[in-house]
Amino acid sequence: MKITVNGVEHSFDGDLSMPALWYVRDELALNGSKFGCGTGLCGACTIHVDGEAVRGCLVSMRELDGKSVTTIEGLSEDGNHPVQVAWRDQNVPQCGYCQAGQIMQAASLLKSNPKPSDQEILSSMSGNICRCGCYQRIVSAVRQASTGA
Amino acid sequence: MLHQLQSFSQNSSSATGQALQAALRKVTTTEINRRGILKGAAGFVLAAHFLPGTAQAFEAYPTQGLNMPNGVRNDPHIFVSIDPDGQVTIIAHRSEMGTGSRTSLPMIIADEMEADWDRVTIVQAEGDEPKYGNQDTDGSRSLRHHIQPCREIGAAVRKMLEMAAAKKWAVSEDMVEASGHQVTHRTLGTRIGYGDLAAAAMALETPARDQLRFKTEQEFRYIGKGQVPIYDLHDITTGKAVYGADVNLPNMKFAVIARPPVVGATVKSVDDSAALAVPGVEKIIQIPVTPLGSKFKPLGGVAVIAKNTWAALQGRDALKIEWDRGEHGSFNTADYEKELRASVAKPGASVRNQGDTEAALKSSARTLTYEYYQPHLAHAPMEPPAAVAAFKDGKCEVWAPVQSPYTARTDTAEYLGLKPDDVRVNVTLLGGGFGRKSKADFATEAAFLAKQLGGSVKVQWTREDDIRNGYSHTSSVERIDVGLDADNKVTAWRHRSAAPSFLSTFVKDEGNQHEIEIGMGLENLPYEIANVSAEQCKAYAHTRIGWYRSVSNIPRAFAVQSATAELAAELGKDQKDFLIEMIGTDRVLEAKAAGLPGKFWNQYEPQEEFPFDTARLRAVAELAADKAGWGKSLPEGEGLGIAVHRSFVSYIAMVVHAKVENGTVKVPEVHVAIDCGFAANPERIRSQMQGACVFGMTTALHLGLTFEDGEVQQGNFNDYEMVRSDNFPEVVHTHIVPHPFSVHATGVGEPGVPPFIPALTNAIFNASGKRIRNLPIGDQLA
Repeated sequence: MKITVNGVEHSFDGDLSMPALWYVRDELALNGSKFGCGTGLCGACTIHVDGEAVRGCLVSMRELDGKSVTTIEGLSEDGNHPVQVAWRDQNVPQCGYCQAGQIMQAASLLKSNPKPSDQEILSSMSGNICRCGCYQRIVSAVRQASTGA
Repeated sequence: MLHQLQSFSQNSSSATGQALQAALRKVTTTEINRRGILKGAAGFVLAAHFLPGTAQAFEAYPTQGLNMPNGVRNDPHIFVSIDPDGQVTIIAHRSEMGTGSRTSLPMIIADEMEADWDRVTIVQAEGDEPKYGNQDTDGSRSLRHHIQPCREIGAAVRKMLEMAAAKKWAVSEDMVEASGHQVTHRTLGTRIGYGDLAAAAMALETPARDQLRFKTEQEFRYIGKGQVPIYDLHDITTGKAVYGADVNLPNMKFAVIARPPVVGATVKSVDDSAALAVPGVEKIIQIPVTPLGSKFKPLGGVAVIAKNTWAALQGRDALKIEWDRGEHGSFNTADYEKELRASVAKPGASVRNQGDTEAALKSSARTLTYEYYQPHLAHAPMEPPAAVAAFKDGKCEVWAPVQSPYTARTDTAEYLGLKPDDVRVNVTLLGGGFGRKSKADFATEAAFLAKQLGGSVKVQWTREDDIRNGYSHTSSVERIDVGLDADNKVTAWRHRSAAPSFLSTFVKDEGNQHEIEIGMGLENLPYEIANVSAEQCKAYAHTRIGWYRSVSNIPRAFAVQSATAELAAELGKDQKDFLIEMIGTDRVLEAKAAGLPGKFWNQYEPQEEFPFDTARLRAVAELAADKAGWGKSLPEGEGLGIAVHRSFVSYIAMVVHAKVENGTVKVPEVHVAIDCGFAANPERIRSQMQGACVFGMTTALHLGLTFEDGEVQQGNFNDYEMVRSDNFPEVVHTHIVPHPFSVHATGVGEPGVPPFIPALTNAIFNASGKRIRNLPIGDQLA
């Protein structure tokens, strides 16, 4: 099968039941996507498949044949996607481990809904756990990326 | 949980989805002579005395840091280097797990040495305490123990740069001044950059402490300002930051381990034929099982070695293991709770006896009894334990997210039968620690497997492994008996605690708590009551016990602050007014007057430098109440609750606004008042308080491990739930009590959690009339 990751096409002939998370981490050494739960409950592994946020621990390689995957490493060329910039302006992270997944989720939300309400932000981000408790700043950062303020 | 799963599918439609080393040394808070110098072998071990270098007299700045294993180092040659182009490299010797210490400590050095923060590179130290001093990132100690040594390092480098410039210009030192990454000739205005002076400056011997000039607080650029973003911010937001599992080595294997379902359970038989048939699985290796009391040694079990993580996971699923369940195979949480309640029904061993509490209780007009329960907890950092190790030519190198890398190194060396010199432990970022990663069993597992393989391997824990095979936070029952006289005045307060101790992880379990656990809110009730006693009652461990962020302060603050509010309600008094009344007259707690056999534990900090001052406790309670508008009228179903607790030598009060509806509680607002002495990095203090409220809310609402037949019943975030963005403390206002540098900086990472939980349950009571005595809250509001 063929898969495009961050604009680069790869062919894959391994176990098609393998979740994309382990493919990008173990095979491609793209370590920005994190393992947190393995069951779609925490969002730390969030990647984009054809532009939409997907949990990398749940989507198998079989489902990705011919698809285009974006990981945090490919979200922007220079690391300055508006969500990344907002994250830095708000000094959001504490330990940082869940943040790539949070950023990928937020970027996907804003792509489909550029001006979400606060309620839409809270519910869209509710699949992404932050044990350190950065939620107040995560919400502020998504709002900033959305409104520019 | 179901509603959360539904909300995933609706809203993300596309989402398919070393503290203890010190403890066990039985460190006693030795009188630190303000004039005395603690001599160390290398001569750079920090003196307890801090000599004045300028007209501005510096007070001594002794802390327990001086008594930690391997002490505190302040040698600039160890911590700072400067490249010819002026780039400054500063060593971070404490682990970063989210508190910001990897940024804050180098920031203090940079400020004091007048370096431009934009020209600073931070390099993480490997585990080497003989070189760097104590590295055990635990106990909310990093700033508290290292703010002054970091200033000394920075001031020494600045002095060395000035000495080098003065020599170059052949003038006296008072003719030059270092500022803004360069040294200026005071009269000529000539300037020379730090890079051009680096070689000459860093070749100088470290100046004597009495030769150093320290910046005044007005001269600080970064310290106390809160304007420096965390150092790893760009890497974190671009996915480049390196955590435990992000290290890849050539020809590295991947391992997951089937660990005993019950602690100490041994492998009776293993059938690995199906596991070995999984494509990509290469080898099965057994790790010896260890019983309770094996410190941080691996639990043991059966490791599956594969060419990637997925194959290893599938291989583990295919293992058929028969376990001999061992002596803890019948451990059952429901029975254990009864056992703890029975234990506090009887007198325990006295840890505090002020006045005659028993007589006062007997003669009281009325006695009230309150009992509180907290189950075992798992830390559940977002990064489950993971480590990489390589073994070659009799030497082992480890990469791991560990809070105490030198403990990891010496423990791993001992486990492998190597000398510490033949083991190196590199520290990655920690994806959360919360006490879990001070126990480096996972790093030792990787090292053991690397040795067996004669190569390199990554060990990955799954979330289920993390929740089921970690180190449980103690479970406790806290019972408080209060005696009232005929005028409803509190005349007696007796606090009994039954909680299995983390001592059981280290030595034979005698059912007794360690002085650290007793010191966390059992022996130091700050209320002005004539008769106060505290007792520890027997409790034995049946799982590995390990401290969780805030440790025993969580059940103690919950019990004491809940009982205080319950009493207020009983007496028809305002919760806040009664709390202030109980704190009483402004005073410093004295151990002898309080009826302690020795000293207050006091986080091992010297009492005279870190007194328990009830005026500061009262002040934060009043500040939080004032900022929250205590007494304001709220709609039906809403209420404010207050709690205050001193831990990690910081004073924190919280007022939580709770809204109870449809069986759930929402928290629209929290006011936090924190007195943590001098505030070195207010921005990270605020982020820690925001985080503590979320951590506290998760602990209060959801967390509890239940054991059946010795096995943990929970396994992932479906049954071990975390607070999420659809219900979290929405706005946390942090009010920091201002202090000059002379007031010791105290802990920040942990002390926010304990007061949040009773402030929340007290708010729930005021909102709904429901009193929470057993954690977690779960469905008790339904």
